[in-house]
Amino acid sequence: MRLDQLTRPDFPILDRVVNGCSLVYLDSAASSQKPRQVIDAMVRYYERSHANVHRSIHTLGEEATELYELARDRVQTFIGARHREEIVFTRGTTDGLSLVADALAHRLRPGDEIVIAEMEHHSNIIPWQLAARDSGAVIKAVPITGEGHLDMDAFRRVLGTRTRVVAMTHVSNVLGTINPVSEIADLARSAGAISVIDGAQAIPHLSLDMSVLNCDFYAVSAHKMLGPTGLGVLYGRHEVLEGLEPTRGGSEMIKEVWIDRARWNDLPWRFEPGTPPIAEAVGLTAAIEYLEKLGMDRVAEHERALTHQALQALGGIDRVRVFGPPPTHERGAVVAFKVEGLHPHDVAALLDTEGIAVRAGHHCAQPLMRALGVVGTSRASFSVYNSPAEVDLLAAALERVQSAL
Amino acid sequence: VTPPAALYSDVIRERWRRPRFRGELPDATGVAEDVNPLCGDRVRVSVRMDDGTVAEARFVGDACAICLASADVTVELARGRSTAEAAAVDAADVLAVLQADIRPARMRCVTLPVSVLGMALGSAR
Repeated sequence: MRLDQLTRPDFPILDRVVNGCSLVYLDSAASSQKPRQVIDAMVRYYERSHANVHRSIHTLGEEATELYELARDRVQTFIGARHREEIVFTRGTTDGLSLVADALAHRLRPGDEIVIAEMEHHSNIIPWQLAARDSGAVIKAVPITGEGHLDMDAFRRVLGTRTRVVAMTHVSNVLGTINPVSEIADLARSAGAISVIDGAQAIPHLSLDMSVLNCDFYAVSAHKMLGPTGLGVLYGRHEVLEGLEPTRGGSEMIKEVWIDRARWNDLPWRFEPGTPPIAEAVGLTAAIEYLEKLGMDRVAEHERALTHQALQALGGIDRVRVFGPPPTHERGAVVAFKVEGLHPHDVAALLDTEGIAVRAGHHCAQPLMRALGVVGTSRASFSVYNSPAEVDLLAAALERVQSAL
Repeated sequence: VTPPAALYSDVIRERWRRPRFRGELPDATGVAEDVNPLCGDRVRVSVRMDDGTVAEARFVGDACAICLASADVTVELARGRSTAEAAAVDAADVLAVLQADIRPARMRCVTLPVSVLGMALGSAR
């Protein structure tokens, strides 16, 4: 049985009718849909076990704490982290990257260099701009090659004695390019720099192992991997995380407090001030269990097939330009495209009239859009529940869209 | 794909296909440009003021059909008006001409050219 045949009954939203047509949801890279298992786990938590975590000495408080910390264990196993202390819950990828940038900004000196990639999402650009502004550090960007890969020669050239941070995406949310993260992390370490990886588009689709990737930080969002919104994970290598000062304070992150000073809590709670998103953590546990049951290798294979099919189908349509590495290369589950003579937003609006949901615009990657010479693109992206028939529907609609306006 | 008449009205399609006031204005006395942060759309409006009146106005843009149609209508509504009258052109005036049922998510596509016109008038000598 194909993966989508197995999974579709688990996703209630896929029964939606949009503009008179069955929903064809091709926007999972922006946010994935949620299986019944995730929704039910969160409802069950609120109906049976909700209380605040960590300092409640009553049954519900203990249950909530247990469930919240169980999520941490699940994440640790899922991404192959060595220690549970390396798993910090955040509000999302943006929040995780900001946490690292804020904490590292204190160490940066004028003239220090932060190396990012031209293909970064704004979430992995702006936090570094703020860190540079506050410290006098300088941002350097590694360009893409003609095929849409990270220019590794340019990367090696830009690394130097002033490089302090290398912040790069694992999988491009526009090009689908999969960057060689462990090589990037090794090169960064050799240069004496800390490596920070945006894994938002990788974790829903690839089998991850932090002990192999070997980066210092890795940030992801739950909502892109079948989990709830409002929750993310920041992995931080123990040795590096241990040395970071918190930049956000409040309850939970302290051991002792006086009026003028405090002693920080242990890892990972040191970086989790305030009441955390508990129900969301419960939902994430269910999402991870769902993905593990399917098997990440099978997930990757399914999405690879859909991406390949889309690249072939869209690439064969007259006046449609497809971006990113050619189908012969390993890619993430996104296909960005442009219909000649039509604005990406108009393409998305026209597809929506047939119930087909795609993303359109700059995809929060304006420097990349400039490098590609476009205002924006339309983008189809895939998850475990998408079918080959849906890719065919997209291709057929795009054949017609050109004469529709 | 049949575009719903409500979203892409005949006026929007006509103005997008054959804009009446698209182009540069070499002797402009006021120019402004802005982007829609949601989608990166970019519109520039140029005006030539003559004795307190918008003697000529033009736009250029890299934007969606709704935004470009709005720009064409916005500029048309400003031409021949006094500065105060032109500055008073608002989204409701443009929507009345476009005759389209613009959803909230796309309303910025309509309002961007209107605000850029205001900036161009403000910058005009």
